[in-house]
Amino acid sequence: MIDQNVWLVVLLLLPFLGSFAAAFILNTTSRNLPVVISAAVAAVALGASISCYPAIAGGEILRYQFAWLPQFGLNFSLRMDGFAWIFTVLILSIGLLVILYARYYMSDEDPIPRFFSFLLAFMGAMLGIVLSGNIILLSVFWELTSIFSFLLISYWHGNANARDGARMALTITGIGGFCLLIGFLLLGNIVGSYDLDKVLASGDMIRAHPLYLPMLVFILLGALTKSAQFPFHFWLPNAMAAPTPVSAFLHSATMVKAGVFLLARFWPALSGTYEWFLLVGLAGMLTLLLGAYFAMFQQDLKGLLAYSTISHLGLITTLLSLGSPLATVAAIFHMLNHATFKASLFMAAGIIDHETGTRDMRKLSGLIRCLPITGTLAMVASASMAGVPLLNGFLSKEMFFAEAVETHENSIFDTMLPYVATLAGAFSVAYSIRFIHAVFFGPKATQLPKKEPHEPPHWMRFPIEFLVLVCLVVGIFPAYSIGPFLQTAVTSVLDKQTPDYSLAIWHGVNTPLIMSLIALVGGATIYALLKGYLASCDDGPPILRGLKGQRVFERVLVTVSWRWARFAEQRLGTRNLQPQLRWVVFTGLIAGLLPLYLSGFEVRPFVWKGADPAFAALWVIGIGLALGTAYLAKYHRLAALVMLGGVGLIVCTTFVWLSAPDLAVTQLLVEIVTTVLILLGLRWLPKRNPEIEEHLSLRARARRLRDLLLAITCGVGMSFVAFAVMTMPVPDAIANYFLDNAYSMGGGRNVVNVILVDFRGFDTLGEIAVLGVVALTVYALLRRFRPAADSMDLPEQQQIQNRFDAERSDRDLGDTVREYLLVPSVIMQWMFPFIITLAVYIFMRGHDLPGGGFSAGLTLSIAFLLQYLAGGTRWAEDRIRIQPLRWMGGGLLIASATGMGAWAFGYPFLTSHFQYLEVPFIGKVPAASALLFDLGVFLLVVGSTALILVALAHQSIRINRLRAIELSKSEAAQEEATAWK
Amino acid sequence: MEVILSIAIGIMTTCGVWLILRPRTFQVIIGLSLLSYAVNLFIFGVGGVKSNLPPILEQGVPARMLTDPVPQALVLTAIVIGFATTALFLVVLLASRGLTGNDHVDGRNEGK
Repeated sequence: MIDQNVWLVVLLLLPFLGSFAAAFILNTTSRNLPVVISAAVAAVALGASISCYPAIAGGEILRYQFAWLPQFGLNFSLRMDGFAWIFTVLILSIGLLVILYARYYMSDEDPIPRFFSFLLAFMGAMLGIVLSGNIILLSVFWELTSIFSFLLISYWHGNANARDGARMALTITGIGGFCLLIGFLLLGNIVGSYDLDKVLASGDMIRAHPLYLPMLVFILLGALTKSAQFPFHFWLPNAMAAPTPVSAFLHSATMVKAGVFLLARFWPALSGTYEWFLLVGLAGMLTLLLGAYFAMFQQDLKGLLAYSTISHLGLITTLLSLGSPLATVAAIFHMLNHATFKASLFMAAGIIDHETGTRDMRKLSGLIRCLPITGTLAMVASASMAGVPLLNGFLSKEMFFAEAVETHENSIFDTMLPYVATLAGAFSVAYSIRFIHAVFFGPKATQLPKKEPHEPPHWMRFPIEFLVLVCLVVGIFPAYSIGPFLQTAVTSVLDKQTPDYSLAIWHGVNTPLIMSLIALVGGATIYALLKGYLASCDDGPPILRGLKGQRVFERVLVTVSWRWARFAEQRLGTRNLQPQLRWVVFTGLIAGLLPLYLSGFEVRPFVWKGADPAFAALWVIGIGLALGTAYLAKYHRLAALVMLGGVGLIVCTTFVWLSAPDLAVTQLLVEIVTTVLILLGLRWLPKRNPEIEEHLSLRARARRLRDLLLAITCGVGMSFVAFAVMTMPVPDAIANYFLDNAYSMGGGRNVVNVILVDFRGFDTLGEIAVLGVVALTVYALLRRFRPAADSMDLPEQQQIQNRFDAERSDRDLGDTVREYLLVPSVIMQWMFPFIITLAVYIFMRGHDLPGGGFSAGLTLSIAFLLQYLAGGTRWAEDRIRIQPLRWMGGGLLIASATGMGAWAFGYPFLTSHFQYLEVPFIGKVPAASALLFDLGVFLLVVGSTALILVALAHQSIRINRLRAIELSKSEAAQEEATAWK
Repeated sequence: MEVILSIAIGIMTTCGVWLILRPRTFQVIIGLSLLSYAVNLFIFGVGGVKSNLPPILEQGVPARMLTDPVPQALVLTAIVIGFATTALFLVVLLASRGLTGNDHVDGRNEGK
């Protein structure tokens, strides 16, 4: 026999698997397949849980757990005791009935698999709440129920009411779920464990803890929002836009019960304090009374049932607030009873809606003629809701009345409770009578959207029949039907506090019975008095009609998500780049200064260690160039670019000076490529007119001054930090590791290169990937590029040259332009093979001497670039077709494949291997696998650089072609115009 | 040496920050280039400033005397990536110029 504990996992997983299957695997138009799967899932799970009963009844607690997040001490633990068991059975059995009902309820146009997928997932989430043995896990499932309930309510997402209702339900229960999580974290903190058993066992410690009240408030916010308790009740009536099977399942039997389930579950640990009584009791009593009162004045059948549900949940909450074990027994009993009669009533309302096309009680009338069986069933269920003897609703209501009379806390609430209970009971009788009388009796309805309503298929009615039968059986033979199960559930919650109670129908003439009679008579009287008014009044109770929680909710939403958001955006946001960059720089400055301010710094006496005058002279020029660049960048772009190149060269020289030959090589090459690149772009920029901004406003001047101050502050700060860092003694850095091991482990003498291709090869792989991505982005952007008009005419020199060509008959236009740089261009063409050789040389020596893939790649791309410069784009491309994408792809492949090659030998990704090979004529050459990796780097750098440059160079050709096309178009138009004449 | 280098870094930072706060795209691209020189030199300087001791192992020179290779490796890739971002920015700049008809960083021309 399988260990029963494993059933818990099966139970929990089945609905989710079924949901997955219904949603994805079965892309079917069949109406029956999803139903069959869902029903099978529910039935198997139900069977599994029933098979667990003997163990549960024996007082055993089934458990299953495995490590979930062990580093936080969290276990994925499932636990089933009597209370969890009875809820599991409730969820699964009502779920099964709802699935059957939904089979007939859903119309042909509705996407069936989606509905059942959501329904099963919701069922799984609900089971998760009930079975969780860890409170964090519980809150995860709690959130899941909110999400799936959102999806189910908004199932008909074409309907605005459904969307609004779903969003409201999600917002309210989502906020509640968040509060619950906070509460659980506090609770776990108090107890020192998130394990449910430990929490339940440490009630005294929890109640005495200083954090008890905040923790209680947060947990109650979670529970009360879920169970639609006042003042969070308003989401439930709005959720009635959901398909009726959803309402029957979620809003009567399961989801709204999650809140009261939670209160009952944690009753031993949290209840018994005055705060508990006050908070839970106040919410419960207000909800009980207001819900019942509002329910009387609803015109929508489902609205009436929704408010009635709210009221009954209030009743359960009130019972749980009392802190007496007997009241808790009554609460658990009423949870079960309410689920049976309310689910059946919802289904009956669904049938009425289905058959007549309306749920408006002002239109419905006299339906008992067409729906005799459904009508009878609804009457029995309503009677149970009203608390008529011989039905299960009566039993738990009697217990409630009995508890209401008892004195628990000597306070005004407690004194009021019997009156509140009786009044709410009377209201409940009134709306139950109304539900039946308005719909089934009276003259035949004339205003129905669907004519000729008739009884639904038998299997659609079957769930109602079954539930009504349960109402009757439990109502008449309570001790023999529900008794033992209830006892198991109650014992598992209350443990040693379990009181003696009797489930008999007749306890003699006592106060509760008298209260029941008053409620019945009073309710009938209220209905008789209000009947005329109700037949025509608007939706909602008189006086309080304007006061809707929904309005408040919407106003809050608008304020928070629209007014405040807009205010914040206006005050704090900007779409302009300059303020954003200013804030970035400013924040960076503060982030740099703050640690200095907070932890202080040591001022060391400045020691002049002397400097090389040549180096000083170099940087005098460099600084001059940098300042010149900044000054000229606005009006004299070309000059600024040249000066920037100068700064780059001086940086490059600095690298040489300070023992960084690799950097110098790379910097030099990058400098060349960058300059060419920006030169290519310059022609598209607009002409600047220095006169425009001569008359600067005061504000602009102030802005400039501020920017200048910010820039100077940053610069000075950088100077000091740089100086401090450079003069600080270098600690025993990781440098030594690389210096010591570069040769022995990486097989190369050039430590920088060994770091790049070996020790930190993975970083380099990432970097070349970035380079490739950037190149592709540039390429993609340029393909869609709409070039601006050229901002200037041909250079004067070129104009003269073209005029010269035009004057001579033996010359074509453009000949001189091509010829006047003939010598340099021939030299550039001849350089091609030499530069390629240089690139190979730089690449090969890279592992031992300055060089490597990066610089070799840049060198080769410069070789290509020179051909473009020398002969022009067309000339170059006639002779040599670079395929940058292939270079890039090949490079990335080689680099990754080299890395993966290490796997073949059982080493981690990018582990390198090296040895020296004897090659004829050349001698010993290093043959490290890192060299292969470097080859990948090389290829990718060539490809990317070439792709960027060539794409930009092509723009000039493209614009000429575009112009030619436009020209021919306008010419054609002109010809057409003349032809018309 | 350190003094000169720090002053140079400071001044290049000043010029770079000033330029990236300017309203014209070309100024920003030049500013970014200057700023990246400054930052590269700064990172490079973290490893200490030594002349004539490149991190290339040779017989007879104790390895630990050599310049710190780690910042150099970092800066080397930074130079290449800097080139890539400059290229990307240049193309975005050109596209923005083509779409909006001006070279203001926000695509609007309040100077007129």
